[in-house]
Amino acid sequence: MSDASGMQFGIFTVSDVTEDPTTKTTISEAERIKNLIAIAVHAEEVGLDVFALGEHHNPPFVSSSPTTTLAFIAAKTQRLLLSTATTLITTNDPVKIAEDFAMLQHVADGRVDLMMGRGNTGPVYPWFGKDIRQGIELALENYALLHRLWTEEFVDWSGRFRTPLQGFQSTPRPLDGVAPFVWHGSIRSPEIAEQAAYYGDGFFANNIFWPKEHYQRLIGYYRQRFEHYGHGTAAQAIVGLGGQFFARKNSQDAVNEFRPYFDNAPVYGHGPTLEEFSAQTPLTVGSPQEVIDRYAGMREAYGDYQRQLFLVDHAGLPLKIVLEQLDILGGEIVPALRKEFAKNRPADVPAGPTHASQVAKALAGELPVPGGKQAKKDEVHTGAAFGVKK
Amino acid sequence: MSGLDEVASTPLSDRSLSGVEGAPKRIAVVSSGLSQPSSTRLLADRLAEATVRALQGKGIQATVEVTELREIAKDVTNNLVTSFPSPGLEQAIERVTTADGLIAVTPIFTTSYSGLFKSFIDVLDPASLTDMPVLLGATGGSERHSLAIDYAMRPLFTYLHARPVPTGVFAASSDWGHGDGGPDAADAAHGLHERIERAGVELADAILQSKRDTTVRDPFALPNGFSPIGAYGAQ
Repeated sequence: MSDASGMQFGIFTVSDVTEDPTTKTTISEAERIKNLIAIAVHAEEVGLDVFALGEHHNPPFVSSSPTTTLAFIAAKTQRLLLSTATTLITTNDPVKIAEDFAMLQHVADGRVDLMMGRGNTGPVYPWFGKDIRQGIELALENYALLHRLWTEEFVDWSGRFRTPLQGFQSTPRPLDGVAPFVWHGSIRSPEIAEQAAYYGDGFFANNIFWPKEHYQRLIGYYRQRFEHYGHGTAAQAIVGLGGQFFARKNSQDAVNEFRPYFDNAPVYGHGPTLEEFSAQTPLTVGSPQEVIDRYAGMREAYGDYQRQLFLVDHAGLPLKIVLEQLDILGGEIVPALRKEFAKNRPADVPAGPTHASQVAKALAGELPVPGGKQAKKDEVHTGAAFGVKK
Repeated sequence: MSGLDEVASTPLSDRSLSGVEGAPKRIAVVSSGLSQPSSTRLLADRLAEATVRALQGKGIQATVEVTELREIAKDVTNNLVTSFPSPGLEQAIERVTTADGLIAVTPIFTTSYSGLFKSFIDVLDPASLTDMPVLLGATGGSERHSLAIDYAMRPLFTYLHARPVPTGVFAASSDWGHGDGGPDAADAAHGLHERIERAGVELADAILQSKRDTTVRDPFALPNGFSPIGAYGAQ
């Protein structure tokens, strides 16, 4: 997982059950769930580092309970880092997130991190008794509590969105006393970039639905604020990116095979052409070398970063094709990208975070403190222990 | 990039004003006529010329940038589907939302602004036209549609907190002149001319009085009182 590139490569899935437009057939939820597991297991087999699973509470998506699924995958794998894309910090109880992911850390021997998001479906808020107009506020306050539940033994809490807590201890405690690494995902909100910077957490840009320039501004802002809070230089901020490709040996074969899936994809189908969308977003459909060239260029746009996740299994693509894409990704694309990313990567740019690296930081007293080290001196939470058990 | 067309650039040989007061103004024109040539574009150009003339009369230079929605119609629908603008559409949005004044002209279809016109408005950030001085114009086959400016277009821009000037200009086919000529035709054409002139003066005045350039929102600005741990300082 750690090589000279410092990069973690993997896949993320939204878990959609979509009709295969070429056969007009739709697989069952049961089959899709088993396929997700097969895809994750194969991701490890082909040498990828990360598998990240979305959370949704409405059809056509099947992944409503990511920690259950990830725990099963943990048992089927040895090395793969399990993550989310995303965990809904708005509508889940932060106490339950603290417990579920600490539990997952233990059963997966620390191969766990997670990405906070606000969700993409408006009605999910009222389904869980929340108000979408308070989406940002929920994300801020709930995460403030989650962070304390993981870093402090006993928490007194009173906020706006949940029942107060008195001397509450979430259980189990995080593995080795070190919370899972947290990414904050956002496609448009500077508030979330600011939040990620404040905590010294990672920032993930989905990078799929908007042109590159949009994410450049958002990531640039996050990097600048990361430095402002004293967690390191802007270049040392922890950045993850999404991406999307479809590759075949011959470029035109890739285009021909992927086009019907693109044209009918739930999110962007029936809109721009494959060619327009490829020009305006990081979607790359072509030979493995074309994918390598495109993604090797990402660091020029965003700076040296830590994690690259690809979307490979949506829009009704059958399992066989997805597994073939993973073979190409693990066999050709990622090895080449690791070499590319290792070139001229400054030594002081951190590698992608793992449990081991977080534990090492904790022991060295180098885990980021919310608001920066200066904030620690001015700490107002009495009894707060932002460090870890040694 | 399509949809951009310089129709008027009016340098002043004899500037009576200088400095910020006399800084050149940028007028954006949005025309959603579908045919080519279109009477909607014809009206838009006349309104732009009248506004530039009125500004010139006050010693202010102005440039006009026209966005023909017909030329970016596909980009607009793609934006509706994907939630992001193509580079060309993004430039058009930038031109319109950063202008000092906006001239918005649409044909009236089935009692209201055209669907393309509304779709373009729908892809704008709802806050991006706040305080924008706007001149409303519309075209139609008969003057029976003329109130659509006031019952359809005006509420749309009011909702967006833009500032439409009181005179909206509707041009029916007959306003461009009757085929049979005669005094009626001359009156109609003269009436349209007067309405255009009056509207141009109103927009020019609104542009000169506008303080909008001092209130443009930084998209990365955090809300007042923002705290990364929640506005209520929960603990």
